[in-house]
Amino acid sequence: MSSQFTPSSLFERVERVRRRKPRIKDDFITLSHGSGGKAMHELIEGLFLEYFSNPLLDPLEDQAVFEIANGQPAARLAFTTDSYVVTPIFFPGGDIGRLAVCGTINDLAMSGARPLYLSVSFILEEGFPITDLKRILESMRAAAVEAGVMIVTGDTKVVQKGSADKIFINTSGIGLIEYPDKISVGRAQTGDKVIVSGTIGDHGTTIMIARGELELETEIETDAAPLNSLVAEMLDEAARLDTAGAIHCLRDPTRGGVATTLNDIALSSDVCLHIYENRLPIREEVKGACEILGLDPLYVANEGKLVALVAPEVAEAVVQRMRMHPSGREACIIGEAKVEPRGIVALKTAFGGTRIVDLLVGEQLPRIC
Amino acid sequence: MKFVDEYREGEIAARLAEQIARMTKQPIKLMEVCGGHTHTIFKYGIEDVLPPNIEMIHGPGCPVCVIPLGRVDDAISIARTTGVIFTTFGDMMRVPGSRTSLLKAKAEGADVRMVYSPLDALKIAKQNPAREVVFLALGFETTAPSTALTLIQAAKDSVDNFSVFCNHIMIVPALKAILDSPDLKLDGFVGPGHVSTVIGTRPYGFVAQEYGKPLVVSGFEPLDVLQAVQMIVRQIVEKRAEIENQYGRAVRRDGNRRALEALCEVFEPREYFEWRGLGSIARSGMKLRSEFAAFDAEVKYSTPGLRVADPKSCQCGEILKGVKKPWECKVFGTACTPETPIGSCMVSSEGACAAYYNFGRLSKVANRAE
Repeated sequence: MSSQFTPSSLFERVERVRRRKPRIKDDFITLSHGSGGKAMHELIEGLFLEYFSNPLLDPLEDQAVFEIANGQPAARLAFTTDSYVVTPIFFPGGDIGRLAVCGTINDLAMSGARPLYLSVSFILEEGFPITDLKRILESMRAAAVEAGVMIVTGDTKVVQKGSADKIFINTSGIGLIEYPDKISVGRAQTGDKVIVSGTIGDHGTTIMIARGELELETEIETDAAPLNSLVAEMLDEAARLDTAGAIHCLRDPTRGGVATTLNDIALSSDVCLHIYENRLPIREEVKGACEILGLDPLYVANEGKLVALVAPEVAEAVVQRMRMHPSGREACIIGEAKVEPRGIVALKTAFGGTRIVDLLVGEQLPRIC
Repeated sequence: MKFVDEYREGEIAARLAEQIARMTKQPIKLMEVCGGHTHTIFKYGIEDVLPPNIEMIHGPGCPVCVIPLGRVDDAISIARTTGVIFTTFGDMMRVPGSRTSLLKAKAEGADVRMVYSPLDALKIAKQNPAREVVFLALGFETTAPSTALTLIQAAKDSVDNFSVFCNHIMIVPALKAILDSPDLKLDGFVGPGHVSTVIGTRPYGFVAQEYGKPLVVSGFEPLDVLQAVQMIVRQIVEKRAEIENQYGRAVRRDGNRRALEALCEVFEPREYFEWRGLGSIARSGMKLRSEFAAFDAEVKYSTPGLRVADPKSCQCGEILKGVKKPWECKVFGTACTPETPIGSCMVSSEGACAAYYNFGRLSKVANRAE
């Protein structure tokens, strides 16, 4: 079907609107503004950028990349920050502390950087049990050791009961980029293969079930894990094959899931990403839980997975190398980048049809029937 | 996934589609009445699989889409009442009224909570005896029995801080309204599956007898829908008009007696109910019987109760009846998008326009608009 695709005037009209600069139309912040979908794009591009715009921020990558040219040669650094407000704070396979360390490490790693140092800030609610705090600190320490980074600075605030929900954690991180080529959401090229590092939707499904609103019992665990060593292996494989620039985009599909990440890449790189439903690695339990809730695993959050766009000649070798790493055992190619229709993610269904995988407006809400 | 994947087999789909293509080349327009079917059709790309002479029209069966602006305004006004915990299903939260939505009312301070079933709302009422808990009930005969059973339970437990803002609707009057429309151009119907588990297949008799159109009740997996289409096409080719049941694993001819009894005990038809896009339809809505007045939010709270007309630019009515295609509407995809819906069809992911916008732009819209 894609080969016969001819853009019509109507299609272009819709796409023009879709690419219009987002404006914020709401008078109040709603939960949709935090969901990673279109409403959040409106908030960031329509409001934050208006005040903070500068060449380092404007690409809206998950991290800023800049050079410090004091010494010779200049050092390329990646810098990022993220806040964690998950409920519940403990869940199967992890907790808010592990997320806070892994999330920031992964945002650094996705620029090809070697994460070095983290900062940690806590906002604690009056009455929060010290035993819970100890548990969280222990898991942060373990995650930092696992990733080989140091937590070197921090801050603590305690607020009145009710002013925060138990514990909020912010982490920032700095990493050093030694990889010579730019890895960016805007660098995908026609022909690139789309790789995911493993099963999708595990983390978001775990959290939904851990909230206990559904009374489902499963053995799904969060996938929260630092991915810097996996990325290092991928970059090394590309370098080994003498195709150092072959890894074009890396992103961790957290909030908004793989679908949102692929849309970001398709729009920024102006390519069409074709993916195949029957190649998507999804756990049976995750499929089942999403089926019951009427959710689509493509939009469900991951905390220990990455999406990569890699030149076709090395893609298979990169996947093989990833599979040797504990975080990449189920890595696979799920699709490829084509020319038309630009800015679109198209899914070939196992059933034989094709559909667009668009950005969500706000949160994915369970369907009524 | 066992017992699910079997109904999503691509190879069987291709064979079914071939059979349908061999049966006839005449152009056939079929309406799937139920929003769940619309969702399936787009999610699995069924229109790509079907031969080009078979066209699917996406009907009014999305309960979130057909709830009129005025009723949403009433719901928001109740939600803003001091002391009220307002509960409803997830996809109702974003539906805009004439000015705002429940999600925005929540951001402005109203206590609006998402629940998975009316029983969850009753539980919240029991846990918060000092607060008033209101459940916004909506949906066809599919969801109405669970509301009815919840109300029976609330009465049994003498819960006095719980009420229901009832917007339940009935499928048969809606079907009649579509069939009576003078500009109707349909050849047959894919009948709703979940509704039919409750009401059975018997109430659809008039579609075949009075209007001479075939109707096949269908399940929600993609192969179900494809098989239902095949059964309808066969009827058309053989010049039959009958009510058939593809969804035999869930639907019985007489429906679910206990569910129907619960519906009768709790609800009675309203004289008129307003449908977004279709207008006012006689005896198409349900209201609480006087025995349950103590649980009726419309008795407990004073609401604006205003009838708010759909915006002029909106052509949802024509789209719901299959007279117009979503992309033939002037505001489709430009002024009216899933982020800022003007009309009902763009509101929920099951609305015909939202479904096209989200899933279908790629193939059908582009190719057919040429």
